[in-house]
Amino acid sequence: MTEIDWDLVLGSLGPIVGGAIRGTIPLAVASFAAGMVFAVVVALMRLYGNRALTIVARLYVSVIRGTPLLVQLFVVFYGLPSLGLTIDPWPSAIIAFSLNVGGYAAEVVRAAILSVPKGQWEAAYMIGMSRRTSLHRVILPQASRVAVPPLSNTFISLVKDTSLASLILVTELFREAQQIAAFSQEFMMLYVEAAIVYWVVCLALSSGQSALERRLDQYVAH
Amino acid sequence: MSRTDPTDASSLLTVEGVSKRFGEIEVLRSVDLRVARGEVLAVIGASGSGKTTLLRCLNGLEVPDAGRVAIAGTAVDFSAQPAPRELRALRDRSAMVFQHYHLFPHRSVLENIVEGPVVVQRRPREHVHKEALALLERVGMANRAGAYPHELSGGQQQRVGILRALALRPELLLFDEPTSALDPELVGDVLTLMRDLAAEGWTMLVVTHELQFAREVAQQVAFVDQGRVLEHGTPAQVLRAPREERTRQFVHRLLHPL
Ligand SMILES: Nc1ncnc2c1ncn2[C@@H]1O[C@H](COP(=O)(O)OP(=O)(O)OP(=O)(O)O)[C@@H](O)[C@H]1O
Ligand SMILES: [Mg+2]
Repeated sequence: MTEIDWDLVLGSLGPIVGGAIRGTIPLAVASFAAGMVFAVVVALMRLYGNRALTIVARLYVSVIRGTPLLVQLFVVFYGLPSLGLTIDPWPSAIIAFSLNVGGYAAEVVRAAILSVPKGQWEAAYMIGMSRRTSLHRVILPQASRVAVPPLSNTFISLVKDTSLASLILVTELFREAQQIAAFSQEFMMLYVEAAIVYWVVCLALSSGQSALERRLDQYVAH
Repeated sequence: MSRTDPTDASSLLTVEGVSKRFGEIEVLRSVDLRVARGEVLAVIGASGSGKTTLLRCLNGLEVPDAGRVAIAGTAVDFSAQPAPRELRALRDRSAMVFQHYHLFPHRSVLENIVEGPVVVQRRPREHVHKEALALLERVGMANRAGAYPHELSGGQQQRVGILRALALRPELLLFDEPTSALDPELVGDVLTLMRDLAAEGWTMLVVTHELQFAREVAQQVAFVDQGRVLEHGTPAQVLRAPREERTRQFVHRLLHPL
């Protein structure tokens, strides 16, 4: 084994962490936020939509879950230009990741809505609420409690999956590491360093997840 | 069409020929009922006889296949599919207390009570809050206003369920076995509150197995059997001297469970 080159470790930490802060994290947050909008819309389409909407929603979920994320990413970035639609790396990444997250999270959201007892709908209707108000004020707040743990896992997976964006030229954590590795030829060291930075980010997210669950727990019997 | 009908003037609740089927089973078979303003009607009957379905039909949680329901001048005819607006108008006239409370677990006691008046009825928040606190005060729960439902006993939860119904200022209170999910020692507090409400002049329809309560509080008792009102009269008639053999058997079994 060769000696660890500490100067290179410290020198590369800046760009790699910078890639996390300027690339990985904003990419994951933006994609997740947009993905959740898709997820709720698709879940509601499947649960309460007419036949056509239900079919569209199921098809979407099926395609997203049945195809690799990397292929989805390449279709958007390298495929669409041949149809005359060229999209920059960042928006391409956000489109592909958010559609992907939407497909997975839609099932989580749907299951969470179904997990709210029927009596809650009846109580909401009883006090005079419409279906929309019942969903908004009674059902979704309770469903969100159920959905937080699985959605947190979805988010953590997404953070790691954003490394794929390096393949469509988005400057994020892993692409920074790759570039320094190619230049210095210290592949092992830089990829382990990148792995550690991902790990630290995910640890922070896990503890954030626990805090969020504790906060939401305040109205649930322990 | 909802409309005011002079023939309903004498009774606050009129149910005429209400029928409901779920697929093959006829759950309600041409039910007729009348309850005058300020009266308490106790509904008794075996499990599966259709008591809950009847209450749900009055509150628009279930839509009858036929018949007519009028509450305080708001009448809906179910011979044709009623418009959602009509169902909502009918629902506004009554409020329901559920067997399993169905409080909103993510809202505090106070929030549970004010949700309908503030969000749906759009009454001024401060006013509604004051009213809700007064209601809590009267059941000795003012100090629990900020608690969440899971922090309360079943008896307290059901009293909040009743206050949530009262806060809607309905014409008619519907109770679906309000004490049957409670531990025996918690039943008394809930029945006491209901007794007070009856004495105050609320019009109430109470599905219950508490015959003692029915005898003391109700002006009328209806025995429901297989979706029909088989027998109907004063508590003394129906509970002490039933005409029908099935009523006699049912009452006997309730009084002598072993
Ligand atoms: N949504 C529904 N779909 C199908 N069948 C139903 C539905 N709701 C009720 N039923 C059936 O209708 C019948 C009457 O039910 P209901 O709940 O009104 O009885 P109940 O008198 O309230 O009984 P219990 O004393 O057990 O509460 C039962 O056979 C029940 O299985
Ligand atoms: Mg019932």
